[in-house]
Amino acid sequence: MKDNTAASAMRPFVVKSLAILAVVAIILLLPQIFQTRFAQSLLNQIGIAVIFALSYNMLLGQGGMLSFGHAVFYGLGGFMAIHTLKMVNNGVVPIPTELVPLIGGAFSCIFGLIFGLISTRRAAIPFALITLGIGELIASCALIFPSFFGGEEGVSANRWTDVTLSPLNFGRAGEVYLLIAAWMLVCVFLMYLLTRTPLGRMANAVRDNPERARFIGYNPHMVRTIQFSLSAFFAGIAGSLFAINFEIITAHALGMMASADVLMMTYIGGVGHFFGPILGAVLVTFLQLVLANITHAWLLYFGLLFMCMVLWAPNGISGLIMLHEPVWKAGLFKKLLPSYGRALVPGLVLFLGVIILVEINYHLSLSTNPESPMSLFGIEISAQSAPPWIASLLLMTVGFLFFRKAAFQVRDAWDEVTRRMRKGEH
Amino acid sequence: MLEFILLSCINTLIYGLLLFMLSSGLTLIFGLMNVLNFAHASFYMLGAYFAYEVSTHIGFWPALVFAPLGVGLVGIFIERYGLRSVHKYGHVAELLFTFGVFYVVNELVILIWGRNPVAYKIPEMLDFTLMSAMGTEFSAYRAFMLLISVSMFAVLFFAITRTRLGLIIQAALTHPDMVGSLGHNVPLVFMYVFGGGAALAGLAGVIGGNYLITEPAMALNLGPIVFVVVVVGGMGSLTGAFVASLLIAALQTFAVGFEVSLSDLLALWGVSAPDAGGFFHDLLRIEISHTRGMMPYLFMVLMLVFKPKGLMGTREE
Repeated sequence: MKDNTAASAMRPFVVKSLAILAVVAIILLLPQIFQTRFAQSLLNQIGIAVIFALSYNMLLGQGGMLSFGHAVFYGLGGFMAIHTLKMVNNGVVPIPTELVPLIGGAFSCIFGLIFGLISTRRAAIPFALITLGIGELIASCALIFPSFFGGEEGVSANRWTDVTLSPLNFGRAGEVYLLIAAWMLVCVFLMYLLTRTPLGRMANAVRDNPERARFIGYNPHMVRTIQFSLSAFFAGIAGSLFAINFEIITAHALGMMASADVLMMTYIGGVGHFFGPILGAVLVTFLQLVLANITHAWLLYFGLLFMCMVLWAPNGISGLIMLHEPVWKAGLFKKLLPSYGRALVPGLVLFLGVIILVEINYHLSLSTNPESPMSLFGIEISAQSAPPWIASLLLMTVGFLFFRKAAFQVRDAWDEVTRRMRKGEH
Repeated sequence: MLEFILLSCINTLIYGLLLFMLSSGLTLIFGLMNVLNFAHASFYMLGAYFAYEVSTHIGFWPALVFAPLGVGLVGIFIERYGLRSVHKYGHVAELLFTFGVFYVVNELVILIWGRNPVAYKIPEMLDFTLMSAMGTEFSAYRAFMLLISVSMFAVLFFAITRTRLGLIIQAALTHPDMVGSLGHNVPLVFMYVFGGGAALAGLAGVIGGNYLITEPAMALNLGPIVFVVVVVGGMGSLTGAFVASLLIAALQTFAVGFEVSLSDLLALWGVSAPDAGGFFHDLLRIEISHTRGMMPYLFMVLMLVFKPKGLMGTREE
């Protein structure tokens, strides 16, 4: 009997460990499954983005600090790492490549502490403005300190050295993937543990009610500063991995647009759950690399996706998923499916209309010869002729009308499910 | 030297009033709704592009009227159907929403008008030298810009202090609930202010777009500077925004003329800087004119750290 309870208490732990082991194994085996150059590069960038987005969520999600300058720490870490690599190349210092991210991270952490001290006295809008200011400040510094930032062309180094801890020497992208994956796993694990520490809990408390946190004896400014500098540390690691992966880093890495990218990535994934930014990083990096090859309008779709999230799903994709958890557990998920199906079709029609409109406009404004026919979904069309415009407007109108109708049905289905779940509880 | 000062003063005035056209709307919107409108400079950009479109088809003078109106309508639409619905999620969500608007407007402008600057030109009627003093030419268009901005300032001042709507706006700045209780439709006031602020930014775009350049990066270039102005002047303070606009403009305009670096300063003391490369070499060689881009941000960060209320602000948040 006693053994039995112990075993059942052990079971979730065993299941969890096995699940984690399986995930680690899959991550390490991924390059064996996808062997093209494109896939290699994609996997490397996803790994970096995951660390970066999670570090951003330490601010936005866990600390309630909306930063417009997080890429500063990503870039500073990256520049530090590339200078370290350069010194290794020149034989000045023998630092193994595996540990270079640590140096980049530490460098960012120091700056994080300094900037954190001056920016985190208040959260919300003053904080957002100071980080914006610091971001612009560092970005404009980049051009007047060419010895560190390398001016317009950036700084480059060679990652292929013999100074390593492992038998790998990081000449091939596959080997770099192992480095990135290892650092990613370590960082994800550490950042997850951080959410469980008193510091992580206090960061949440300070986010929700700084006054009350102060009342029970914690200084919100200090809590935010520590959280900020730790987040800068992980951003620095991500930046260092970026530098190692591309062997070059320019001032773009610490600019406003890079900060915007990580903000949107994190938000789309969802700031309310730990795994949200991971989802966001994987999805957005994938779309970024795949869609950017297909369409010029990728950034527009990205922006629209972000706007939709802000308007209708403020908890991001992870929030949407977790919304369904109780429904799934209550076995009522199939009640929702028909209404989702009915919303999906007009939603796709609406989206198709938007795509056609956007693509013909891009063709008109950006292609060298607007008169030339363009191909959309494998169909040759002329952007100047009326049919595609009419088709697009028609699809958008019809899609919108039916989508609205379906949205009401989804709401009704949700009401029904909530009602039944409440009944089940009592 | 005198020539430089004169020229810089005129440029400061023009640039400063242009900044004020943007920052006045932004600071009012912030004061009323507590919304930091990230997309405000996007309205400036839209104003310039609308004006380009109207002036190529009809003419510059209609553009001066229709472009700001169009931008104002866009602003009203965004407030009514976007901002108002994210209001319930809090200020961070509102800021994120306006940030999204900024991003999407940027892409839409590229989508419609392309990545390259468009040929939005100064109207021929105003394209001549009005006067020249001490070798400095003063074009008629600059005089026109001054005229427009000063009259805009006068109208705005009159509207805020003398009209009924202005009084309601002033009251709603400090006591929104009380104004609501007195039977005024506060959300409607918000909508008008948002639209009005957008229209002002649009007007700045109309007269600034052809003076500077009309390109998709113009919102990204000017937007952060406008934030600086609003923060330095004090969030929600119109007078503060006016003073700060001129101050920032002066800072940026006059910095261009000073080609002095730390090593020059050291040379005055008879110390010659070591000619080694590296970080300190860079530091010694920075000329004041090179810091033109970073000066406003340095100013803003220092301001937020030491005097978060700004020059004339009344509140911290």
